[in-house]
Amino acid sequence: MTHPAAETRSVIVEREIAYPAEKIWRALTQPLLIEEWLMKNDFKPVEGHKFKLRRDSQADIGVIVDCEILSVKPNRTLSYKWSAYGVETIVTFTITPTTAGTHLRVEQSGFQSDQRRAYNGARASWPQFLAALEKLLARVN
Amino acid sequence: MTDAQDALFRTLADPTRRGLFERLCREGEKTVGALTAQAGVSQPVVSKHLGILKQAGLVRDRHEGRQTHYSAQLGALSPLIDWTSQMAGFWQSRFDDLEDLLKRMDP
Repeated sequence: MTHPAAETRSVIVEREIAYPAEKIWRALTQPLLIEEWLMKNDFKPVEGHKFKLRRDSQADIGVIVDCEILSVKPNRTLSYKWSAYGVETIVTFTITPTTAGTHLRVEQSGFQSDQRRAYNGARASWPQFLAALEKLLARVN
Repeated sequence: MTDAQDALFRTLADPTRRGLFERLCREGEKTVGALTAQAGVSQPVVSKHLGILKQAGLVRDRHEGRQTHYSAQLGALSPLIDWTSQMAGFWQSRFDDLEDLLKRMDP
């Protein structure tokens, strides 16, 4: 999936993982397992299913992400809409077996770079920003 | 840390100021009176904090009759916030937790 750089911004994070694709797929698609590494959820691996991810952060701000499954290809790709603080993006996980294990890639895409989206982007970043600020302040002085 | 970042961090380090700024971010433009009603401090104190936020470029004021309306200027946070690096950091740390989970899962 490619996006014109001038119109949207994407985040791509990739990692080699020493476990088979099937096991990673379970961690990406079973609610109790998703909760352990991402957030509390009512996920179902069914296209069109709407679900929420929630996290009660240590600060006074909780995070809720509204999601909708776009595509489910077992052991290969999982894609869902990811909407938080008025910013709508698409998160896609891609799993590729390698000789050493598995290559896992997440791409979060669709963030518009125009001003209105930049405004919303700042809103989206706010909880993380606050948490980062608090950590920094704990280190300073 | 640059001077701009330093000023922003200092301005937002105060919990009352941060609370005021956060409300303006979440709820949009508000009058001093509306902000005072939920701030837990007096109107002069709210006004003082709004003045400091304004100096840092974090809020803008708009006069209408006898009322002053304040709104958040999120662009002022741009030295601190880059969406892509924030989200990249988020996914990196989620993947750390995912790997930790995979170690603990049944094969």
